[in-house]
Amino acid sequence: MFKGIYNWIDERLDITPMWRDVADHEVPEHVNPAHHFSAFVYCFGGLTFFITVIQILSGMFLTMYYVPDIINAYASVDYLQHKVAFGGIVRAMHHWGASLVIVMMFLHTLRVFFTGSYKAPREMNWVVGMLIFFIMLGLGLTGYLLPWDNKAYFATKVTLQIAESVPYLGPYIKELLNGGEIVGAQTLTRFFAIHVFFLPGALLALLAAHFFMIRKQGISGPL
Amino acid sequence: MAHGHNSKEKVVFVGDSRVKKGSMVNIPPDFTAFPGKSEAFIPYFLLKEWMVGVVVLVGFLVLTIAHPAPLGYPADPMNAAFIPMPDWYFLFMYQLLKYPYVAGDYVVLGVMGIPGLAFGALLLAPFLDTGKERRFYRRPIASALMLLSLISVVYLTKVSWDHYQGQLEATGTKPEHIIREEKAREAYEKGQPAPSVVKRAKPIAIVAEDDPALELMKQNNCLSCHASDLNGNSGIPALRGIGDQFTKEELANVVTNGNGNMPAFKDKLSAAEIDQIATWLSKQKKAE
Ligand code: HEC
Ligand code: HEM
Repeated sequence: MFKGIYNWIDERLDITPMWRDVADHEVPEHVNPAHHFSAFVYCFGGLTFFITVIQILSGMFLTMYYVPDIINAYASVDYLQHKVAFGGIVRAMHHWGASLVIVMMFLHTLRVFFTGSYKAPREMNWVVGMLIFFIMLGLGLTGYLLPWDNKAYFATKVTLQIAESVPYLGPYIKELLNGGEIVGAQTLTRFFAIHVFFLPGALLALLAAHFFMIRKQGISGPL
Repeated sequence: MAHGHNSKEKVVFVGDSRVKKGSMVNIPPDFTAFPGKSEAFIPYFLLKEWMVGVVVLVGFLVLTIAHPAPLGYPADPMNAAFIPMPDWYFLFMYQLLKYPYVAGDYVVLGVMGIPGLAFGALLLAPFLDTGKERRFYRRPIASALMLLSLISVVYLTKVSWDHYQGQLEATGTKPEHIIREEKAREAYEKGQPAPSVVKRAKPIAIVAEDDPALELMKQNNCLSCHASDLNGNSGIPALRGIGDQFTKEELANVVTNGNGNMPAFKDKLSAAEIDQIATWLSKQKKAE
């Protein structure tokens, strides 16, 4: 039956080449951890993606309970963590995943750097990778405020003070992120919007570019 | 369509596809250029990668179950004693700004100069390190710079963390999420429910609920606008605690003459009745 449905769609949209291309492209021996144990370093990119998927999924479940306003934000996180079935696990996944994804991304960057894989013709992919890197740091920064406990509040306050010390633009950056004079209701809604809409949107677009380029260029050859 | 083994990788793209010729315009070059056992991405290679993924996943899940995500006490902007602490992967930049030669008058160096240089160089690495050599031991400058940055990042992070621990010790503070956890555990061991830290604003109680004035208000439809629990509706103020805001005279005036969307009741109620209602409303003060 599935074959029937598949054929029906394929007749109309000719999807076979698309996914055959993804599925069937050959992966060389030098990046295969089953052949060379040390090739596990080539898995860091895939693992980063794996954790990113976990982040997106757990984040989607968190927003089912999270309320982005200063009166209820903390209470909603508290409720999620202590009252909702498996809420504590979902939150722990998102919390520790946020650190793990940074670690994995860092290791992936180091792999690419030390294997010289950023060199021609892959310069653009490296630059896209660095942009992803900054987006990830932004996600970490904005997500840190959302539980609205003292740690979140004062870390954000310090961060914005640091942003303010940038010459000329500093005060504007601070006000833009703050949404006013103080870290308050506006800051929380802004950080929430940036954390769940703006940055993930940019991240997905950049990841698409990243994967497209990897597929187009193939993985770099053995050293 | 093998391109042959050519170490000048610039032109030799690698990648392969078993897509039949003719069904696709761009046929990626293949891996026959490399000796060895290459295999198809799905399912064979992805399965191997999944093996590695499973190891990571199990470790990750054990971590999430063993260590719940920390949660302190609700943000209190007036809490002057709180020691601010960014997430660990920002600590190296946080620590950097504590050194006098990149702070104060030289803060531009700290917030723009050094991070800008480091991240700018990283961003533009392919255009700065343009040689064909890929092996790291044949690129001593690039590798050395990276190693040096790595060492400084680790060092700064460690200094920052130690400084924080020192601060905690010196001020005798425990991180709030730990205090919370300990209190919850104590309560659990005593068989009590975990202490709630969420401050709920206590609803303002109605004073003298059995007063006939309330019955009078019900009859005159006050409650259809101001809600049967006197908590108000959107655009219509609550009447609980109204005595904290207005005097009896002011209240009598609003009810008699109306105000904006609040209808005047001077034709429907006698002065005595309005006085009775105003007296009761003026008693609606928050208990404390
Ligand atoms: C048609 C709906 C409606 C009815 C019926 C009504 N009110 Fe109001 N009331 C309002 C609105 C709207 C306001 C706010 C007026 C404003 O400030 O613009 C108001 C304001 C008030 C205020 C002033 C409170 C404040 O914070 O400004 C008092 C006191 C009050 N009403 C008492 C009464 C009493 C007593 C009755 C019954 C005798 C009553 N109202 C019936 C709609 C209503
Ligand atoms: C969310 C973050 C990221 C994800 C999910 C991701 C994913 C991947 C994957 C799956 C690969 C295939 C090879 C491998 O697994 O090692 C890859 C390759 C690559 N990545 Fe990333 N990456 C991320 C971030 C970065 C960053 C931060 C950089 C560097 C600045 C980067 C630069 C590159 C380059 C240049 C390649 C090609 C390497 C080669 O051909 O050998 N990526 N990436």
